[in-house]
Amino acid sequence: MFITHRTQRSRRAAVGLAGAAAAFALVLAGCSSSSAPENSAQEQSAPAAETGVTASDMWVKATAPDVQPGEAMSGVFGTLENHGDEDLVITSLKSDVAGVTELHEVVDGKMRKIEGDVTVPAGGKLQLEPGANHIMLMDIQQPLSPGDDVTITLTFSDGSTLEIVALVKDTSGANESYEDIEMDHGDMDMSEGMDMSGDADAMSHG
Amino acid sequence: MAKEHLKASENEAHRLSRRALLTGGAVGAGIGALLGGAGGVAGGYALAERDRANEPRFDPEAEPALTPSADREGFGGEALSCHGDHQAGIVTVPATHVRHIAYTLRPETDRAAIARMLRLLTGDIEALTAGVAPLADPEPELAERPARLTVTLGVGAELVDRVDPAKRPAWLAPLPAFTLDQLGNGFDGGDLLLIVQADDQLPVAHAARMLHRDLDRFAEVAWVQEGFRQARGAEAKGATMRNLMGQVDGTVNPAPDDADFDSLVWVDSAAGQPWLVGGSAFVLRRIRMELDTWDRVDRPGREQTIGRTLADGAALSNPHGGENAPADFDAKNALGLPIISSAAHIRRATSQDPSERIVRRAVNYDTGHEAGLLFGCYQRDPLRQFVPIQRRLDEADLLNEWVTHTGSAVFAVLPGFRSGETLGAALLA
Repeated sequence: MFITHRTQRSRRAAVGLAGAAAAFALVLAGCSSSSAPENSAQEQSAPAAETGVTASDMWVKATAPDVQPGEAMSGVFGTLENHGDEDLVITSLKSDVAGVTELHEVVDGKMRKIEGDVTVPAGGKLQLEPGANHIMLMDIQQPLSPGDDVTITLTFSDGSTLEIVALVKDTSGANESYEDIEMDHGDMDMSEGMDMSGDADAMSHG
Repeated sequence: MAKEHLKASENEAHRLSRRALLTGGAVGAGIGALLGGAGGVAGGYALAERDRANEPRFDPEAEPALTPSADREGFGGEALSCHGDHQAGIVTVPATHVRHIAYTLRPETDRAAIARMLRLLTGDIEALTAGVAPLADPEPELAERPARLTVTLGVGAELVDRVDPAKRPAWLAPLPAFTLDQLGNGFDGGDLLLIVQADDQLPVAHAARMLHRDLDRFAEVAWVQEGFRQARGAEAKGATMRNLMGQVDGTVNPAPDDADFDSLVWVDSAAGQPWLVGGSAFVLRRIRMELDTWDRVDRPGREQTIGRTLADGAALSNPHGGENAPADFDAKNALGLPIISSAAHIRRATSQDPSERIVRRAVNYDTGHEAGLLFGCYQRDPLRQFVPIQRRLDEADLLNEWVTHTGSAVFAVLPGFRSGETLGAALLA
């Protein structure tokens, strides 16, 4: 299993491949592997290369090693790029590690779910960064350990999907707190939930 | 030269486009961005690639599809590839700044964690050495000018034991004690070693910081030893360095072109540890210099101590023959006494057995309170190479009056890796 791990460099290419392959497969197979949102891929006549969204430099903030199932949250960061000539809206997100996967934004230092459409513009990029727009993982069931992979699947308004493989990395950044603690997740302090530094002295030595 | 650059640039573009083809073409835009710097590609990456091309069996086809993302003209823009049969930083051009960082594994860092750790380090090293910010780098601008940054990874006995004690070579252990050693100053041993080298201190600092961020979960710093030599460009290309006692230090070092180089340095399959084939054994000795008392020694005395001239390192038996003329240990003066003293450093360090040699890659250190040499050396087996040499020096060496070994560590330097591979994968296989 270790040998098959891809390194960061190849990851960029591999993710790109997943994007192109997924879009291509959907065009040919009519979206058989997705949950078939409103826009069937069969309606898309454009070649895959023109509708493909790729992801690059994707990473996920590690959680503390001892988080309880469902307590941890994390963020996914990187760059989505739309190589096609049609704006694509992200219609759904899911991940293999979290019960809830959402797009969040940070406004005035506070994090909140993005209401309304999130578009990856034709020929443009959507940057996912700490302190700005990002994919939020909530209700995480197992600790996210640095060096592992997390898979996030995005579905777009044209029915295509993109499977993102993101490397888990430690960071003491990305500590935005929630705007409204009455949101879906009760009274949990999100800034605490996002503190992934693990043991307290991990970050304090030389 | 411009033509060569152009050719190298075309090769680079060819490799990139081939890779794009293999991976579905979806990375096309990214490649466009990478090549966006156009002419700059040749000025940096390709130039440094030629430096590595001198290495035996260097395979440019195995190079990564990665090139600096912007124009990298001028000093500091050069990137040395981290990929190859052997890790970079061992026989690559000597760097101006060398930081040795040893880590102690945290108790909970088991085999699975070691695998994850090596995976993270691999990605970081691939990015940093190419002048690209690693993932999650909050200061990506600091990665842009690598100045021939290399990061060489070694593992200590404890790390190998946590993976599989049967995989630990006999030599991967503390060296046998030498009578004059004064160890125990916090510079001994270690479970993991990073050797971070560059011609500019800023990329060294940034790389060390990025690597530390990822290592922190798995290990804590045991010691840091930082050294330097004369800056690149301040001395002739290929010049042997000078240590802080003023001596030319590193003459008669085995070179990659030598017929027996491989058999001196790289572990081969006969050693019975397949995971380490293509790797090497690294010994680091911290050698304190007593510069205050050395100051009392006049120039002839200094030259007698070593057996070489201070001017250019020529052996005293042939003082005008230049640094590389062989020393004649049998030469006598008019009184019938050996010209090179019986206890001169070079006589005591020289073995009659040609397999008893090491590849030195030393740098100076100066903390402000203490100065000396970080004597790093590579070999197949320290017990058969470094140890017999040091035994002779420990027994008798005029230099011993002014130098003391105050730190000692041994690491297994992992074999090289290629794009798509993970450093140390064979250890965990």
